[in-house]
Amino acid sequence: MKHEIVIAGFGGQGVLSMGMTLAYAGMLENKEVSWMPSYGPEMRGGTANCTVIISDQPVSSPILNSFDIAVVLNQPSFDKFQPMVKPHGYLLYEQDQIFNADCRQDIHAIGISATKEAHALNNKRAMNMIMLGALLGTNAIVDIPSVINALKKVLPERHHHLLPLNKQALKKGQGIIHQVAEV
Amino acid sequence: MEGVQCDYLSELDVVWDRSETLTEKPFHYCPGCGHSVMNRLLMEVVQELGIQDKTIGVAPVGCAVFMYHYMDIDMQEAAHGRASAVATGIKRILPDRFVFSYQGDGDLAAIGTAETIHTVNRGENIIMLFINNGIYGMTGGQMAPTTLKGSITSTTSSGREYDRHGYPLDITPLISQLPGASYVTRQSVDTAKAVRKTKKALTKAFQFHMNGGEGVCFLEIVSNCPSGWKMTPIESNEWLQDHVFNHYPLGDIKPFPK
Amino acid sequence: MPEKQLMKGNEALAEAAIRAGLKGYFGYPITPQSELLEYLSRHLIDRGGEFIQAESEVAAINMVYGAAGCGKRVMTSTSSPGYSLMQEAISYIACGELPCLLVNVVRGGPGLGTIQPSQGDYFQAVKGGGHGDYRLIVLAPNSVQEMADFVFKGFDLADQYRNPVLILADGALGQMMEPVTFPDYNPEDNLVDHSDWATQGKPASRGPNVITTLHLEADKMEAVNLKLQEKYRTIMANEVMIESIQTEDADLVLVAYGLTSRIAHKAVELARNDGLKVGLLRPKTLFPFPSQHLAVLADQVTSMMVVEMSAGQMVEDVRLAVNGKVPVYFQGRMGGVIPQPDELLKRIHQVYSSSSTQVNS
Repeated sequence: MKHEIVIAGFGGQGVLSMGMTLAYAGMLENKEVSWMPSYGPEMRGGTANCTVIISDQPVSSPILNSFDIAVVLNQPSFDKFQPMVKPHGYLLYEQDQIFNADCRQDIHAIGISATKEAHALNNKRAMNMIMLGALLGTNAIVDIPSVINALKKVLPERHHHLLPLNKQALKKGQGIIHQVAEV
Repeated sequence: MEGVQCDYLSELDVVWDRSETLTEKPFHYCPGCGHSVMNRLLMEVVQELGIQDKTIGVAPVGCAVFMYHYMDIDMQEAAHGRASAVATGIKRILPDRFVFSYQGDGDLAAIGTAETIHTVNRGENIIMLFINNGIYGMTGGQMAPTTLKGSITSTTSSGREYDRHGYPLDITPLISQLPGASYVTRQSVDTAKAVRKTKKALTKAFQFHMNGGEGVCFLEIVSNCPSGWKMTPIESNEWLQDHVFNHYPLGDIKPFPK
Repeated sequence: MPEKQLMKGNEALAEAAIRAGLKGYFGYPITPQSELLEYLSRHLIDRGGEFIQAESEVAAINMVYGAAGCGKRVMTSTSSPGYSLMQEAISYIACGELPCLLVNVVRGGPGLGTIQPSQGDYFQAVKGGGHGDYRLIVLAPNSVQEMADFVFKGFDLADQYRNPVLILADGALGQMMEPVTFPDYNPEDNLVDHSDWATQGKPASRGPNVITTLHLEADKMEAVNLKLQEKYRTIMANEVMIESIQTEDADLVLVAYGLTSRIAHKAVELARNDGLKVGLLRPKTLFPFPSQHLAVLADQVTSMMVVEMSAGQMVEDVRLAVNGKVPVYFQGRMGGVIPQPDELLKRIHQVYSSSSTQVNS
């Protein structure tokens, strides 16, 4: 089993850390993983993206031009990565950031109000964990407890009091997808 | 005559001898050149302080490029301009050794200016020796950063002009303003008295580090180049006294910290 | 079993260097290798080494020269423009036979270029780079794990041969994260005694140790050169490292190193899915170069294709090794653009179908 994922948005939306957390969780489940960021000037306030691969087999190329799942948090990322999702793949987008969500018909495109949901949790920075939860709702790539263990490694200790909030956000995102599935 | 004992005579006759810290290889320096005196003084001081086994030197590119042939200590030959960076690397790796760099004016104050300033600014615990004779001796007598106005060199055939060639770079007072410099002095080796003063300054610099002093000890030696200046050794020393020391006045610029 | 950690390539390399017994690091900030310098600034001094952020790459590499001349494990790291600045001193270090580790996390050039990954410094890395006839041992990692592993290997080779070792990485390998485990490595068990030549202070029992690269008499300088060339031949005979992927039955073999070998590997997987017999040969050492392996392979395959993030540099060495036995094609991107698996696949299909006709490209 292999999942090839791209996560993209503005710098500051938690794009790189979302990918890093996912990769870390995969490693904790003894999977082969890689995390490849875009880097450089575009990270400073511009767009950022990272490619995450989680696989049972060793990862060949860490750089890809087609993805099983794209998580996009702004319009430019939506426009850039929509064509690169494999047929029957998933395009998860933050729907309040996307004004034009016209999309291919051969992929699963799912809009999520992650920013609003994060506000409901009284922490807008939880947006990326809601999106990650949604991602895990579409594909059970790793278990939520692994993500929490990964966050323990990724987050500095002074932020560990936020772990329950992050868990809540992950469950929230996962729940949104499960509701969609039931409907 | 057989049986005459004259050992005491030969002993009395020895008024000076080569330091054990100098090898037997004859110096290649031109007759009357200040480098010879400075090479000798350095090794005399190392011998007298008993630190031959703890001293590591860094040679420049310039007339003193072969100084490691004469000095019976471990030495490294640096690329042009980089002696103080090389000395930094050595001292940081072997902090209990005494490390000196030895550079001419082109090496220290032209191609190596950045390394010079930053080595001093970091306050490396090394001795930096700067031999300023106002000319590129080894490459055939070109203008140096310290060449004085009007001096004829092979690249200033009608003399150094400020508007065309810039001003003589008086780098030592600049160096003395940096907090990393603990001792900055300008000396010469043109007379016996000057040689004694220079030796004393050099001794104090080594002793400073031996006693745990921190920071760069920077010694400029305003020196001569009889061949490059096209003078006899005596004329070149007189030239120093009459025309150079007023531009580069001798004495301590920054005394040792109290 | 040692713990797996998720690390950036630059950080894994830095951590490995400390574990390999690094005693001195001298460097200057430049993207995309600055994490390496930053990591060592945070951790090296507490773990037994000296760290200097130098005033320039020129100063940094000359500090390495001085420190390596003391016979201790020392290193620097930089990226392409900074590596160009270091070339003079690297020539001195090679001639003085000073063991040390150099790291070039390559970015796209020429000029100030881009901070995106590139392999445009291959010639500079393996053909000399500075003046005179000299060689570095050049290791080319293609994963975060190898960014760490090649540090231990690199220091060991440097000590064994008294030769500078270069790790030639690229911006993407430096920035990407993958799991890494550090081997159980005790530097004390691997250190070589260099006191017979290093400048450590001259005891009365021996003559002075002098590190110099100046020998004005031509016959003496030639003798120095002959000794170096002899050493390089020994290295060529003993230290080639490669990885072979599905070359046994291959008609077409891709040749790629570093990051592009990962992408080429993906292209091999895709081509195999399409029923094409394609393999990959990856040089792990760029000097010594696996010329023999390629020559043997040339008797077995119908064509080869070199993939690089350059205008075609390693391809020259592959063609020399293959010596006209089969066509050697080239596919490259430049200036920080990374070739994509599907563009390689397209080219593979082209080459595969025309490999019976002699096409030069």
